[in-house]
Amino acid sequence: MIELHQLNKRYTAAKGVPVPALNDLSLQVPAGSLYGLLGPNGAGKTTALRILCTLLAPDSGTVRVAGIDALTDPRGVRRLLGYVAQEVAIDKILTGRELLQLQGDLYHLSARQRDRRMAELIELMGMGDWIDRRCGGYSGGMRRRLDLAAGLLHSPQVLVLDEPTVGLDIESRAAIWQVLRQLRDGGTTVLLSSHYLEEVDALADHLAIIESGSVIAEGVPSSLKAALGGDRLTLRVREFSDASEAATVQALLRDCPGVRQVVVNQAQGYSLNLVIEHDGVVEQLRQQLATADLPVFALAQSRPSLDDVYLQATGRTLMDAELAVAGSRDPKAERKASM
Amino acid sequence: MTSATPTISNPSPGATDQPSALAEISQETLALTKRLFLQLQRRPSTLVAGVLQPLIWLVLFGALFAKAPAGLLPGGISYGRFLGAGVIVFTAFSAALNAGLPVMFDREFGFLNRLLVAPLRSRSSIVLASVLYITSLSLVQSLAIMATAALLGYGWPGGVGLLLVLTTLLLLVFAVTALSLGLAFALPGHIELIAVIFVANLPLLFASTALAPLSFMPNWLGWLASLNPLTFAIEPIRAAYAGQFSLTAVVLEAPYGDLTAGTCLMVLAGLAAGLFLLIRPLLDRKLT
Repeated sequence: MIELHQLNKRYTAAKGVPVPALNDLSLQVPAGSLYGLLGPNGAGKTTALRILCTLLAPDSGTVRVAGIDALTDPRGVRRLLGYVAQEVAIDKILTGRELLQLQGDLYHLSARQRDRRMAELIELMGMGDWIDRRCGGYSGGMRRRLDLAAGLLHSPQVLVLDEPTVGLDIESRAAIWQVLRQLRDGGTTVLLSSHYLEEVDALADHLAIIESGSVIAEGVPSSLKAALGGDRLTLRVREFSDASEAATVQALLRDCPGVRQVVVNQAQGYSLNLVIEHDGVVEQLRQQLATADLPVFALAQSRPSLDDVYLQATGRTLMDAELAVAGSRDPKAERKASM
Repeated sequence: MTSATPTISNPSPGATDQPSALAEISQETLALTKRLFLQLQRRPSTLVAGVLQPLIWLVLFGALFAKAPAGLLPGGISYGRFLGAGVIVFTAFSAALNAGLPVMFDREFGFLNRLLVAPLRSRSSIVLASVLYITSLSLVQSLAIMATAALLGYGWPGGVGLLLVLTTLLLLVFAVTALSLGLAFALPGHIELIAVIFVANLPLLFASTALAPLSFMPNWLGWLASLNPLTFAIEPIRAAYAGQFSLTAVVLEAPYGDLTAGTCLMVLAGLAAGLFLLIRPLLDRKLT
């Protein structure tokens, strides 16, 4: 349904230095899927979505939606797409209903089509109590629901959402998730970007991990996790250990049969993260620790998570990636490019 | 959001029949114009200030030279009467020069992106909506000034004259609105746009025949005033107020030659058309 092929895009930062935002990014979103773009802030997700939605021209590469070339027939693509941007753009002076009416006219719906869709969406999103109040008084959750309704008004074949639940309360988030699942079940292709692991894990039936403007892993979440194999263990010998003790334990367990990897996690009180082959290994480890006269404060076992997939693909956790890019972005240049 | 069996329509392929381009352009243009009028209705201060300010100009500035020696101005008219045309044009000009501001704020708040991702038949609808809005607004303002001027005894142009006044104003408003919208798309932000408006406004007023006739000015300023588009709007209106409606009559003796009302209107029309052609590519700059 959506094909992005070798997209490249550079921004020009404050001192005229070009900052690459997309680097040969390619992506194929199957029709009817709920596709998650996972990556830290600044990875290039928004840029890719803005190019898809014809708001931005790539430096090179091609964009096709349902076979239509977005660069030569942008209007054809705009008709198929609903776009819910990261920053909710509503007119504070208008009421929610007036905004939806405007949206309907911009997509050339007839008054009857528009009113029928509006009634449907107002009920679906639970907006009946406040849709006739001015948008300026809406909470973040209300704005986001209205924005989602606006994106859905013309019943698009493809819905594109950029970080749809950032800053939302749990209730609003769950409600939006439910709508997205329904849309997918009804045949709409949904493409969403997120830097929340649990969001992509809960929703997406396909995902791509984006880092530094390229797709570095792609597939069905369960297969990606299964492909990693093994189980994850988190071990704490004490509530707060120290570097030397962690190193001792690491050395002790590293060579045990069935242990693939032992990493010291300094950020979490020098706990140890292990990858093990099978359940039986856990008992062996306990015995090993007991023999060495080491206590066990906590020992948790889990299947590979999406974060592990991310770690495997990028060599760091999503949170570390977020922290790393936080300092290297140029918000002013990004903002300018988005106008 | 309701959790009880919500219904949601999914796309039905092939359900769209193609309405005519004109129908689509008018649908999107009217919707965008309606938004601007709703904003005005709920925030009427722009309109109130827009009508009050020129009235204050007219009353105070007109009184400033009330006791000036008789026969000072060409045709021996009073200063208030002379000033009327200038205030009308300057008011319409100021309103049109500000037309880009709402668009700039839409750019900055991301609302413009909502319009740009929509399958608008023509992005000129965004421009057209602003033109419709500003034109109606400045016509209301102009009529208010003309009525006040009439009450102050500064005259009334009469039926044909009124037509000439309104035509002149429309052409000027089209041209300046196009310019302002062009700036709104080209400049980085509203601070820069306001700066340009601020810098352009008063010098263009002083370097025109709004406040004084050409014969009062030194040569260099006379040249500037004779090239200033505001003068091209002021002089036909002033002529209409003097009861002279012929398009072939000379309304200004410029240093480079005589200008007729017809020439003035043609220059304004050419300016408007040229500016619209010039800003059109700016609308599509994101996909070039």
